[in-house]
Amino acid sequence: MENNGSEPVILAFCCHYCAYAAADLAGSLRLSYPPNVRVLRVPCTGKVEITQILRAFEWGVDGVIVAGCLEGGCHFVEGNLRARKRVERARQLLDEIGLGRDRLEMFNLSSAEGPRFAEIVRDVTERLRRLGPSPLRRESSAGCQPVNKE
Amino acid sequence: MIVANRKDIRELRAMIKPYQRVLIVGCGTCVTVCLAGGEREAAIIGSSLRMALRLAGKSDRRIDECTVERQCDHAFFDPLTQQVEGYDAILSLGCGVGVQELAERFPTMAILPGLNTQFMGTLEEQGVWGERCVGCGNCRLGEFGTVCPIARCAKRLFNGPCGGSKNGRCEVNREMPCAWQLIYDRMKALGQLDRLTEIAPIMDWSRGIDGGPRRVIREDQRIASPCCARS
Repeated sequence: MENNGSEPVILAFCCHYCAYAAADLAGSLRLSYPPNVRVLRVPCTGKVEITQILRAFEWGVDGVIVAGCLEGGCHFVEGNLRARKRVERARQLLDEIGLGRDRLEMFNLSSAEGPRFAEIVRDVTERLRRLGPSPLRRESSAGCQPVNKE
Repeated sequence: MIVANRKDIRELRAMIKPYQRVLIVGCGTCVTVCLAGGEREAAIIGSSLRMALRLAGKSDRRIDECTVERQCDHAFFDPLTQQVEGYDAILSLGCGVGVQELAERFPTMAILPGLNTQFMGTLEEQGVWGERCVGCGNCRLGEFGTVCPIARCAKRLFNGPCGGSKNGRCEVNREMPCAWQLIYDRMKALGQLDRLTEIAPIMDWSRGIDGGPRRVIREDQRIASPCCARS
């Protein structure tokens, strides 16, 4: 994807059993959604750590989505419920950092919901366009640069 | 274990403001178990502080993190000795003991407390820790069915209950179990309810914190002569 820095970069942690399959289905259905999202498949959203979310923001992404199974439908029983609590904790940290909680959100959807995945990406992209680029994004890049590490 | 919780990122940011290079040092013991200051929390606080500083236009600041096995013991600081060179301050994620131990080991370096140390306690359920011991120096758990009336009764009564106990809950906070209900239940289970008819003698607080910092000395275990030992 070409990005001159004006378009938001979104990292989506997608559960293998639902959101990732939904993203795949959206592609199979030839649904159109903004190309701003980078999908990262995880075995379960319960695998996503707060440190991974924060590190993504530190590297300059504009928004993060955590997309897991419908509540009650987790392949690992309660991984998505734990993920929701961690996302809330990370949102609280983003407020304390000064970046703002609105750049991070969790969604629940099933593997059959390709259109819903496309809708989520559209909504989040639009919201991030309104919020503007992350102030942590390096001026010379479209995000995804390591920072402050030698 | 010693239970602590983290400080707000804004408070930490203000604390490290005068320093250019800060090393966050986590502790691998109690505060790792209570999810406040271990390796994972050090990474979270490090990442948060780096972002907060960059947002404040201070991208030149350097924040790194590491974790030692135990901060309350000098013996575990050897790996740190070389690592701290080049930093202006250490933000300790240990308990209050760890913070002070680091300060003794590195007397010319600023040591900052990253956590609020709370109490000696236990895991009551996943994500919930409760106080069990205040370190009064004169343990009388044996008299009270191993439920501490100092740590667990809001009024620290030795001859309870107070009359404010209702349905096994404390009148100070209805979420809190009444310690004297717990003592009664335990003594009943032990078949020792008759012991509760005795008046418990007053507490000898001379062994408590009020007389200044306490020490435990085992002469049979000492190696250094008293004049050479750490003061």
